[in-house]
Amino acid sequence: MKVRAHMSMLFHLDKCIGCHTCSIACKNLWTDRKGAEYMWWNNVETRPGAGYPTGWEDQERFRGGWEYKDGHLDLRLHSRTQGLFRLFFNPALPSLDDYYEPFTFRYSDLFTAPEGEDQPTAIPVSMITGEPMTPEAGPNWDDDLSGSPLYAKNDPNLKALDPEVRAQLEEIEGVVFQYLPRICNHCLNPACVAACPSGAIYKRAEDGVVLVNENKCKAWRMCVAACPYKKVYYNWATGKSEKCILCFPRLETGQAPACAHSCVGRIRYMGVLLYDADRIPEAAMVPDEELVESQLSLILDPFDPEVIAAAKAEGIDEGWIQAAQKSPIYKFVKVWRLALPLHPEYRTLAMMFYVPPLSPVVSTVEKAFRASQGNGGLVRLDLPETDLDFEVYAALEKARMPVKYLANLFAAGNEAHIVPVLKKMLAVRILKRQESLEGRPTEKALKVLADAGLTLEEAEAIYRLTTLPTLEERFVLPPYHREMAAEVWKDPLAHKGEAGLGYIQPPLRGE
Amino acid sequence: MNWNALLFAVFPYIALTLAVAVTAYRMVYRPFSVSAQSSQLLEQKRLFFGSTAMHWGLVIVLLGHLLALLLPKGLLLWNAVPLRLYLLEITGLGLGLWALFGTYVLLARRISVARVRAASTPMDYLVLVVVFVSALTGVLTAVLYRYGSFWFPAVMTPYLWSVLTLNPRPELLQDLPFWTKLHVFNFWLFLALFPFSRLVHIVTVPLGYVVRPWQIVVWVRKLAR
Repeated sequence: MKVRAHMSMLFHLDKCIGCHTCSIACKNLWTDRKGAEYMWWNNVETRPGAGYPTGWEDQERFRGGWEYKDGHLDLRLHSRTQGLFRLFFNPALPSLDDYYEPFTFRYSDLFTAPEGEDQPTAIPVSMITGEPMTPEAGPNWDDDLSGSPLYAKNDPNLKALDPEVRAQLEEIEGVVFQYLPRICNHCLNPACVAACPSGAIYKRAEDGVVLVNENKCKAWRMCVAACPYKKVYYNWATGKSEKCILCFPRLETGQAPACAHSCVGRIRYMGVLLYDADRIPEAAMVPDEELVESQLSLILDPFDPEVIAAAKAEGIDEGWIQAAQKSPIYKFVKVWRLALPLHPEYRTLAMMFYVPPLSPVVSTVEKAFRASQGNGGLVRLDLPETDLDFEVYAALEKARMPVKYLANLFAAGNEAHIVPVLKKMLAVRILKRQESLEGRPTEKALKVLADAGLTLEEAEAIYRLTTLPTLEERFVLPPYHREMAAEVWKDPLAHKGEAGLGYIQPPLRGE
Repeated sequence: MNWNALLFAVFPYIALTLAVAVTAYRMVYRPFSVSAQSSQLLEQKRLFFGSTAMHWGLVIVLLGHLLALLLPKGLLLWNAVPLRLYLLEITGLGLGLWALFGTYVLLARRISVARVRAASTPMDYLVLVVVFVSALTGVLTAVLYRYGSFWFPAVMTPYLWSVLTLNPRPELLQDLPFWTKLHVFNFWLFLALFPFSRLVHIVTVPLGYVVRPWQIVVWVRKLAR
């Protein structure tokens, strides 16, 4: 057992309102620069939808992630030799048009336009060429299902859905969507690291953050294609790859990443997970339907004395172990089993976790009701209010956001992983509603709770951490001890008496 | 000192010194600046035809030159049978034309595609022009002054060795035709530009990738000690 610590984020999708505040916080902090205009290290997609870059989940085309075949785990992108032969042209690289051409507006025209009959307008101009352009795509072009027929239908996760379920999803009265905020998953078995011919990308052992060493990057751009989540970006101006750094400078100073800290819906949690680094390869080499289980088995119990001893032997200090014990991520992922990784079938062992969203199930029940009544149009569901919750709980397979769809996103298509999660979340919701209506947990609610496999205490804890967590409960950040690490990097006395700043090397093309 | 000596005895040493010293400086002190500066993200289709042709054409032709430099006798022996000489010459010419085509495509692309133009520095154009001249003069030499692979061991090999052994003999080139001289001079120019342009990426060809393990894990603190 080789214990290592990992900083992980959790996205509670049931709380995400799709406001993009996270994206803006990230953009302002990290990618508001030349060559990075098109990058969204953090982006929020509407699902079903094609996402950003458009169709990133289509691995037939973009060749991201790992393939498990005949007992071998290989990059889908290339073998090592193939990688060298494709240095001059990388066929799987997305083009800028797969993202979008970044644009701004020529606001100065509003002030400098000559006097005339018409209102002056600010025309859109490309942020690359500076020339006028017609924006035809953007990172949120299909936000809230706009342009649905074009975008949502191309969602690869809709494959393997019953035609009936699919029709139900597309039905205008029953139309439904969820949000999917995404950052780099800081995988345990990162494909970007494996694909980099220069060896410029690495995983930090201390906290698991995957970083690009820009001094080593030589613009072979294999990482961009190899990352199945398309979360490594190529800066066309500097000729270097860039990616989400999990705001490690903020983490090291005790602050949550900007996206998490700014989250309006407070959907993001941040904490330490202890994992067994020895078992990474075997965890990635199991059949698709066992992937979730095998990945979660890597995550160790921070209360287990054996684990604690092994962690200390690996140099993980007391503060980190305590943080791991208080980690909200550990609770959601391992204790309550409410969270799953995004697209485990890519076999990169993504370390950001998602609590799948609940969806209203009423429309299908309504439809059945309508059919039985033999009249068209929308009908108000005429069920006793108290039974409504239980209808939802019992009719999960009729959920408007199909369970199969969520399974394609978070469980490699295995619905058996999604159903218990939704049932637990619904059970907590039913319990709390009954409590507020009846003033106590009712018999029915307790039965549902038992069916979902939760105790009253667990349900209460889930409820509290879901709805009422304080900042300190959401972000349990370990002490990084920068004060102890700094002198290891640089001798603080070495520059004493010098000008102070040293040589500034601007990140310009070729300089 | 005449022009011949200046261009083929003095300039080569300036070029070589720059190539070695400045490249070493850049690799050590300005590593961020070393990059292939790929523009594939901005434009793909024309890059495919241009980049593949230019790179593979040039790499193979340059390896051929290197072989002629290292094994002149072997080359002469190979060429002793006419069929083998024709085969070599045709292959070389084909690769040269391929590289020429690729470089032309890249140059035209850099000028005409607005996005690529926006990302370009003057050096990016200059590099392509130098490579284009190199391919063009090489092809002209191959076509006009047959057979290069036959006289290269007699003229170019001793000349290049004379430069490398610090005993330059520019007079060997004195009577060569203009295109061939330009081809040689252009090579030294290429070397002189090498450290100041994106051409440095040539020395970073990541051959180590073939043997390194898939994953790289770095202990930031252990590394520092």
